[in-house]
Amino acid sequence: MIAALRCMIMRDLLLAARRNSDVLTVLLFFVIVVSLFPLGIGPEPKLLRTIAPGVLWVAALLASMLALGRMFAADHADGTLEQMMLGATPLGIIVAAKVFAHWLVTGVPLVLISPVLALQFDLPQELLGVLVVSLALGTPVLSLIGAIGAALTLGLRGAGALLSLLVLPLYVPVLIIGAGATESAASGLGGSAQLLLLGAMLIVAGAFAPWAAAAALRISVE
Amino acid sequence: MSINWFKYSSPQTFFPLAGKLALVFGALAIAACAVGLYIGFFVAPTDAQQGESYRIIFIHVPAAWMSMFLYVVMALWAGIGLGFNTRLSGMMASAIAPTGALFTFIALWTGSLWGKPTWGTWWVWDARLTSELILLFLYFGFIALQASIDDPRRADKAGALLALVGVINVPIIYFSVKWWNTLHQGASVSLTKSPSMATTMLTAMLIMTFGFWFYGIAAVLLRARCIMLERERGSEWAAQYAKAAA
Repeated sequence: MIAALRCMIMRDLLLAARRNSDVLTVLLFFVIVVSLFPLGIGPEPKLLRTIAPGVLWVAALLASMLALGRMFAADHADGTLEQMMLGATPLGIIVAAKVFAHWLVTGVPLVLISPVLALQFDLPQELLGVLVVSLALGTPVLSLIGAIGAALTLGLRGAGALLSLLVLPLYVPVLIIGAGATESAASGLGGSAQLLLLGAMLIVAGAFAPWAAAAALRISVE
Repeated sequence: MSINWFKYSSPQTFFPLAGKLALVFGALAIAACAVGLYIGFFVAPTDAQQGESYRIIFIHVPAAWMSMFLYVVMALWAGIGLGFNTRLSGMMASAIAPTGALFTFIALWTGSLWGKPTWGTWWVWDARLTSELILLFLYFGFIALQASIDDPRRADKAGALLALVGVINVPIIYFSVKWWNTLHQGASVSLTKSPSMATTMLTAMLIMTFGFWFYGIAAVLLRARCIMLERERGSEWAAQYAKAAA
């Protein structure tokens, strides 16, 4: 089972490396959305410092949602997904591997570039660590919850807009607590409570979401 | 004597029963709402602090209760449908969703009308308002997902899974929003404390709650009848019904 897990992750990473424009699109989307906010609300440093965590989090959320559609679509289109369902490996394990690979490709780059973007918003340097850790803990939760939505909308017309309608309300707790970590660190309370909650969310979502997504895939590919 | 528990689990037998029940509950709803509104608007005393504007709670609080309750009932039907693969459960779940969304919208709208004279603002980003708004989005997501799937069986199952994921998330959303920001007053009615409002107000509110509840049952059953006819249009009994109705 571990072998299947590793094989699945390596396969998806290899596929992503061959089509690296997909990865770059998500990353560039994140950078551009974040850069639009100062243009929209003005370059006042104090205001930007206050909204920085929220803007980065909302942009990360939208970027990760944008990438969700591709999580199962290609495998569904060429029939690979059905073969995976027929195989001996439990579908939940396969889904977990795919979500992990998807997060490595779309989530990790966002986490890595977020401190640079935070500097554009003049966020104090001592807060950058909290921001990065909160995104590192939060973006996999987004991918896990999103996998359920992606599996439910597989092969439907207008899947993209529908996916956002399904998934965004479920993202709300992650957004609130994730952005709250940096804000509470900025106010001097320390962000550890929120980071622990994000960790708890990651564990719960990691344990249950792959199986829910697997059930959704079975419904969609009947 | 053995009771056939599954007698009404097929659309054919449930369809006439739903029609009768809808009529009964519809009549009860009209009666309860008439009595409740009369007590609420003419008998209940004016509030010492909020004046007359408080009277909107006779619609607001029951609607808010029903909005949350109906989501749980919907998830329950959806779960039964997913677990036992029964046809009617999925139809009930999709029949409940629009009524639930309607109550959620009424709760938000009346709350906003009440908030303007009392808090001085139409909208605040407070825990309950925000989680009610997200509940509305969850209803919309459920309806939109079912609407975009052509195969009714797949629509039922996909909607059921979404409703179950949603029902797990509702408390998480509520508590996360609560930590985030809280301005809304405490719960109006609590089971652990003695009620803080006048007895007539409480009576009116409870009667209104039953009125909304009965309305919900009647509306859901009527909608379920339409869904049953639509989905079973190829069957013998539906053809007979259509012929008799024409």
